[in-house]
Amino acid sequence: MNYHWNWDIFWELSPDGVHTYFQTLMLGTAWTLITAACAWIIAFASGSIVGVVRTTPYAIAVRLGDVYVELFRNVPLLVQMFLWYFVFPEVVPHAFGTWLKQLPNGSFYTAVVALGLYMSARVAEQVRAGILSLPRGQRQAALALGLTLPQTYAYVLLPMTYRIIMPPLTSELLNTIKNSAVALTIGLMELTARARAMQEFSFQVFEAFTAATIIYIIINIVVTFAMRLLERRIAAPGYLGFRAPAAGH
Amino acid sequence: MRLKIMASTIVVAGLFTAPAFAQALTGTLAKVKDSGTITLGFRDSSVPFSYLDDNQKPIGYAMDLCYKIVDAVKANLKLDKLDVNLNPVTSATRIPLIANGTVDLECGSTTNNLDREKQVAFTITHFVTANRFVSKKSSNLKTVDDLKGKTIVSTSGTTNIKQITEIGAQKHLDLNIIAAKDHAEAFLMVETDRAAAFVMDDILLYSLVAISKSPGDYVINADPLSVEPYGIMLRKDDAPFKAVVDAAMTNIYKSGAINAIYDQWFLKPIPPKGINLNVPMSASFKKVVADPTDTGDPAWYAQ
Repeated sequence: MNYHWNWDIFWELSPDGVHTYFQTLMLGTAWTLITAACAWIIAFASGSIVGVVRTTPYAIAVRLGDVYVELFRNVPLLVQMFLWYFVFPEVVPHAFGTWLKQLPNGSFYTAVVALGLYMSARVAEQVRAGILSLPRGQRQAALALGLTLPQTYAYVLLPMTYRIIMPPLTSELLNTIKNSAVALTIGLMELTARARAMQEFSFQVFEAFTAATIIYIIINIVVTFAMRLLERRIAAPGYLGFRAPAAGH
Repeated sequence: MRLKIMASTIVVAGLFTAPAFAQALTGTLAKVKDSGTITLGFRDSSVPFSYLDDNQKPIGYAMDLCYKIVDAVKANLKLDKLDVNLNPVTSATRIPLIANGTVDLECGSTTNNLDREKQVAFTITHFVTANRFVSKKSSNLKTVDDLKGKTIVSTSGTTNIKQITEIGAQKHLDLNIIAAKDHAEAFLMVETDRAAAFVMDDILLYSLVAISKSPGDYVINADPLSVEPYGIMLRKDDAPFKAVVDAAMTNIYKSGAINAIYDQWFLKPIPPKGINLNVPMSASFKKVVADPTDTGDPAWYAQ
């Protein structure tokens, strides 16, 4: 391999004239984290709502929920980003479209919405599967006790559901972080985009992507570890993920 | 244990030294002679330098030059037959593929600059482009100063975005610079009014305007922001191969063969749509043809 390694490249000034390459990667990391965090809030909130709706006894609501999930789950994320970024502003009223196009950091908002909705379809599937995995008797008992349907979900079904689906939800959170890289295609300068820019400017391609890889791994290990802790804290006895406290006798 | 290591060291050393004993050739020339093949890297959409035609076959100005170089390599090695492999490259993969030996010559529109010369070598410059911007005629932007406070776009990771960032900072233009993934997308941003201007190599702007829906709506500014030479890339520190390639390029220029090749891609209709870019040879490039150089120093071309 005829390649000139130069690990000191990270401390050299990048073409923006202000930051070193290392700092530009850190800026990218910040955008990645902010984008993933905001997208996850949307994904978790709307995913939970849609997931719940799909287990209610109302046929039309269930059907609408199904459509939502299939729509956002079956179209590639890249295509969704392009649709939101380039097509959406053209089909809304002209004034609104222009405002949208001239919004500062437009690619960030677009990325958050697109990624959030895409991931929400997946969260909705997890939530639905979690609710359906509960014994039917729980719902029946709650309703028989006189709880309303919203109360049944809030106090009986969902507290168990979230505990059960914690492990797959962790995966979805990690996916959200990794999928945020797709936003580079609409001009968001997140971590992968910064690594690409770094390799184009300096031609030190392996150093750039090695750094990006390590940063992604660190982020994901930290997230996984935090989610494990949370999982253990909230685990219910007798269910998945529960570890009995050390016995005192 | 130690015996094992020693034995394997000898075997490995043998593997590396055996071809060196067989012939005096080194580097790419030795590899080409041994394998009977040479690999050209091409871009899929660098019109008219290197791109895929409607049969998905790579064609273009740089490809034609590379085939001439291949002929020269074949003659130099006195081979009866030299197979040409074609390998697609992108701006992200071109360096690793050159470095790891997958691609021997990168035939595209890669800017030769001093930073990049630390990593790869470039043969004689095959085109000189200038950094300019395209905007809609209706927005009436003539000079860089007219861009003050505007949103402008360039392609991420290019030397152009680097320059406009620097110029914007120097002149306090307060630019909102957005980075697009590729040229087509950056142009789309101007087309849909997301950005007022797209800063890029003028030759790429000409072709983007030519293939757009309404070429009459766009204008490219007059004063270049900078001058950039394009070169065909090869591996660094491979002097014998570079000498053969440089000689081939010099020969194309000195023999006048360059004129026909240039005219075919820049002054005549080109596939797939039969669009004529109509870009005559620039003064800077005429200078290169008269006095072939592989320098990556923009000052040489600006004079």
